[in-house]
Parts: sequence; structure tokens; C-alpha cells
Amino acid sequence: MNFARLLAVARKELLQLRRDRLSFGMIVGVPTVELLLFGFAINLDVRHLPAAVLDQANTQESRELVAELASSQVLDLRKHLVAPQEVAALLRRGEISAAVVIPPDFEERLQRGDRPAWQVVVDGSDQSVQAAARQLASFPLATLRNGASAAGNEVEIVNFYNPERKASINTVPGLVGVILTMTMVLFTAMAVVRERERGNLEMLIATPLSPLELTLGKVLPYVGIGLLQVTLILLLGGLVFGVPVRGSLLDVYLAALAFIAASLTLGIFISTVARNQFQAMQLTMFSFLPQVLLSGFMFPFQGMPRQAQWLSELFPLTHFVRLIRAIMLRSASLSEMWPELLPLFAFTALMLSIAVARTKKQLV
Amino acid sequence: MAAEAPPAIVARGLSKRFGALTAVDALDLTVQRAEVYGFLGPNGSGKSTTIRMLCGLLAPSAGKIEVLGCTLPKDAEALKRRIGYMTQKFSLYDDLSVRENLDFLAALHSIKPAAARARIDELYRQYRLGELADRLAGTLSGGQRQRLALAGAVLHRPELLLLDEPTSAVDPQSRREFWDALFDLAEAGATLLVSTHLMDEAERCHRLAILDHGRLVANGTPQALMQALPGSTLSIECPQPRRAQALLERLPQVLGVAQIGTRLRVLAAHGEERALDTALRDAGMEARITPVAANLEDVFVAATHRLRQENGG
Repeated sequence: MNFARLLAVARKELLQLRRDRLSFGMIVGVPTVELLLFGFAINLDVRHLPAAVLDQANTQESRELVAELASSQVLDLRKHLVAPQEVAALLRRGEISAAVVIPPDFEERLQRGDRPAWQVVVDGSDQSVQAAARQLASFPLATLRNGASAAGNEVEIVNFYNPERKASINTVPGLVGVILTMTMVLFTAMAVVRERERGNLEMLIATPLSPLELTLGKVLPYVGIGLLQVTLILLLGGLVFGVPVRGSLLDVYLAALAFIAASLTLGIFISTVARNQFQAMQLTMFSFLPQVLLSGFMFPFQGMPRQAQWLSELFPLTHFVRLIRAIMLRSASLSEMWPELLPLFAFTALMLSIAVARTKKQLV
Repeated sequence: MAAEAPPAIVARGLSKRFGALTAVDALDLTVQRAEVYGFLGPNGSGKSTTIRMLCGLLAPSAGKIEVLGCTLPKDAEALKRRIGYMTQKFSLYDDLSVRENLDFLAALHSIKPAAARARIDELYRQYRLGELADRLAGTLSGGQRQRLALAGAVLHRPELLLLDEPTSAVDPQSRREFWDALFDLAEAGATLLVSTHLMDEAERCHRLAILDHGRLVANGTPQALMQALPGSTLSIECPQPRRAQALLERLPQVLGVAQIGTRLRVLAAHGEERALDTALRDAGMEARITPVAANLEDVFVAATHRLRQENGG
């Protein structure tokens, strides 16, 4: 292995990248756009759900409850109904997502405390609405119970790490992984396939350049680009969404480096399978979606079926999402997170050895 | 000096099969040092595959290759420092400038920066690339690109240069210049192996191998090949050349017929002029038959014709 040749390849790759305006723009554009999109759009604490109230009790207590629910801002109580049938009709037409139903014997139920005093009817076809309903169910009704059972069966939720319950706090660190997965895998796969597709490879094999020097030289610039993207996301995340880095910044970068290595080797592996840039793109997408969906970035890991959990343990993104959330939000140190770091190393080693074995075959 | 030196290329029984297809079939080849050796053959005759095996890019299915004293494919890596390969398709980077392409190649061959600078300046002069140094390779004309590709292939002063149909995308003027450049390299001591499907290019080579369907059907100097032609070349003038051609092609003595303007150029077995004349007259065609000098195309037609007959055609 000749380091000067490897660097020559890396330099050439950077020169080409600089001329490729679109790709160059993507390096900065993809993280910025994704961050803003995900940061603003993925918002799991739902507010202002269109809702209706059916207050059959119409007592002082029931009116207090309605007022308190309204002030919580979770529901936007835009309709006051008189007939129970109206609830179903409005829900079906999608005019409301939830309805608060207060039965005529509201006060009696409240006194006895044996049956639920009131109901929230929700459009269960939307998961985020369901989540909001659960939030409402734990609504503190202390004022209504005259303090009698106040301390008793009330569950107090103590929110660590994200007291304001801002979704972006949770989203942004994971987004580092998602953006790196997308750009690192795609760039590498495309860059290596392009060389073959354009016929450059045939000229290169006739020179003393070895396949390993070529591959490593080509991906080296993308390591730098990956770290650049991490920096960009951290900066924007901090400035726009106020996402903190509570752990050590060095640990964040080291974890990112391990994940970049895993993603790059996945890209190299794809490049040995794909025959042209279009196939490389398709394969990248094919590997990208399950990673994003199952990594715990979008949907809670605990909610997945057992088999999906096993599958997702194979993906580098799953481990990186846990790593980066731990370091950035819970100020964990990298050394205590080694069970998440090891799978990344194993993945890198495995992909690299498969890719090198396959490359040798192709060149002979 | 060339006489005592061992040959640049020796291949014996060289074969390459891709599945059921035999691209190169038991090829024997000897190329002496400092000569321009031509590979003549139609597309698909195995020229490119043979060149790739001789560069060490492709492992042969059978046979022995020795190039510049290196046994292939075992010593392929050591050989790569000493050979230059110019691919059929332009294979430098379109999105790099002339200078950046050459700098990159110099680095791949581990040429020290100062030496690389001097060598690239020399190549700029030699191949008139100086004024194009900062142009992107993708914006060059066919002839300019080809000069750049040649400069790239000889940057490290290879002892052996293999060129795969180097002139397929350039105009006649550029082709002439290009061949002058090749002879300059041969004179300086390099061995060149050039594949082509153009007769006039083949005729310029010191020695020549004619390939057809992966087999070597003839080899020698162009002059020797023309002298050893197993037939004579005739020019036939007649009023209905298309009809005459159809008739002649069916005769067993005729190896090949081609229409050149209003005349027919016929390659026939020796001493068969009279038989041809009779055949045309019997069909009611008045013809004037004159012998003409043979050229390489006739050699090619005769050689490939024989092969087809052997194959039961």
C-alpha cells in the first residue's frame, strides 16, 4: 500500500467533486434542508387538535373541566354539541379528531371514583392523535376532586432531559445519523461505480495503483465531508432548535467517525454489486429505508415486533442513533457506550472484507 | 541491437473463453523489441481481449504469456510499471483539466514532483498540449483527446505501449500525426502493439497479425503477406457490376469481390482469369479483366475466406 498514490486519488476525487456543482451543493444542502424539514415537521407533541365537547352534565364542575382542557391547548374545542350522534358524524367527516364526552352523572361518578368520570373519543386511525389522547387521560384533575384523592392514584411524570417536551431535541441527534447514512452511502457508491461506468477503471488497472489504494483514496474525502456535515447539523441544531450537546464534543465526533466508516464501507459494498450509477442509487435507497424506519429514529424501538428489533440490531444507524442520543442528550461518555460502538466496528470490518474480496475478483 | 534482445512479447497457445464464447483461440504471437506490431481484424475478432491479456488486466483461460521477461498473470504488478496502455475509449477524466489528468497519472506512477513537472512540459511540447493545459479533457476535440491519451500512456516512459484501436474517433489529419508520433516512440526504442481495423494503418506497421474470430489467420511483414497471397487480384470492368458481382461470388475460384467505383476488385485463385472471363461471357456480360497489385485488404479477405472454408462454410 502506497500512501502517496492513495492521496493522489483523494486529491483527484476532491477536484472532480469541486467541478460537480450539484453534488457539491448537496453536501451542504441536504443536511440543511433535512434538518429544517425534520426539525419543524416531525413534532410528536400534538397541539390544537380540532375537537368538540358534548357536555351532558352541564354543571359547574363539568364547565371547569372543559375550561381547563381548553387551556391545555392540546385540544381546540371548536364545537359544543348536544346530541351524542353528532360526535360520530363529525369524527367520520374528519372535522374533528377528538371529542370530550361528559356524561349526565359526571359529578356522581367523580364523587364515587369507581367509573371513569369522562371520556375522550378519538380518531384512532391517526397515531399521533392517540398519543395525544393518552396525554389527556393523565390530565391532572386534582382541582375537581377537592383534594380528596389528589395524591392517591395520580401518576406524576417527571421528564428528564427534555422538560419542554420538544420533539426536535430527540430528532436532531438522530438526524445526524440519517443524513450521514444518506449522503455517505450514496456518494461512495456513486463515486466508485462512476469510475467503472465511464471506463476510467480500465486505464487505472493498467497502472501500479492497487484496488485498495483506489477504494480508500476515493472514500477518504468523504470522511472529511461527513465530519463537515456533522458540524453543520450540530450548529444549525443548536442555533435553530436549541439542541444541546451535553456530552463531550470529541465523543460526538468519534462516534460520528465510527458511523461514517460503517456507512462508507456499505457504499463500497454497494458499488461492487451495482453495474451503473442508477443501480447504485436504487440499492442505496433499498438499504436506506429499512435503516431509517427501524433504527428508532422515526418510531420507538420498543414498539416494534421482536423480529424487526433483531433486524434493526444489524443496522449501523440503530446503534448510532442510540450512541448520539446518549452522548448529546444524556451526556454519556463513549467509553460507557461501547456495546453500541462494537457493532459499528464489526459492520465496518465485515463490509470492507466483502468489498475487497469482490473487487479483486472483478479486476482479474 | 534489436536482433539480440529477447522478444518483447511471446505468447503461446493463448486462449480466453467467456462462458460458451471463445474470444481468443490458441494464439501464438512473437513481437520483437522496438517494432510497431499491428493487430488487424474486424470488430469482435479478439483484438481487445488479447491486448487486455497482454497487459495483465485479464487472466487467460489457457496458454503462456511472457511480456518484457515477466510471466503473466503472475508478474502483472511488476509489469504495470513498464507498460503503457491506451484504451479504445477515452479513459482519462473528462472533468479534470489536461494538466490535472497528467499530474494524477504522474502521481500514480510515483514520479517525483520535479521530474513529473519536467516530463509533463516535455509532453506538452511533443504533443502540442501546452495551450490546452487548463482545458477540461471533456471539452477537447477527438484529435486533442487522443494526443492527451497518448501523453498519459507514455508519461512514465514505458518500454512497451499497447494501443487498442487508438484512431477510431479522429480525422485523417490527426491520424497521420498520431502515427508519426508512434514511429517516433519506436525509434526511441519502445515496442508498440497497435490494434486496428483500418487497412492503411495496418500497412504502416513493421509486422502484422491478422485476427479473425479469435484466431491468428496470418502474420508477417505487410510486404511478405502480400507476396504470399494465395491468389491474384484482378480489376474487372463491365457494364453491370452488381450483376457481375453476384455471379462471381458463386464461383469456387473466387475468394472475394468488392465494388470500387464502377469496377470490381476480385481476388481469385492464380491463373483463373480465363475461367472468370468465360463465366461472365456465358451470362451475356462483356468484361475487361486486368491484373492489379495486391494490397492488405486482399490478404485479409484471402485469410478470412480460408478460415470460413475450414470451418465448413
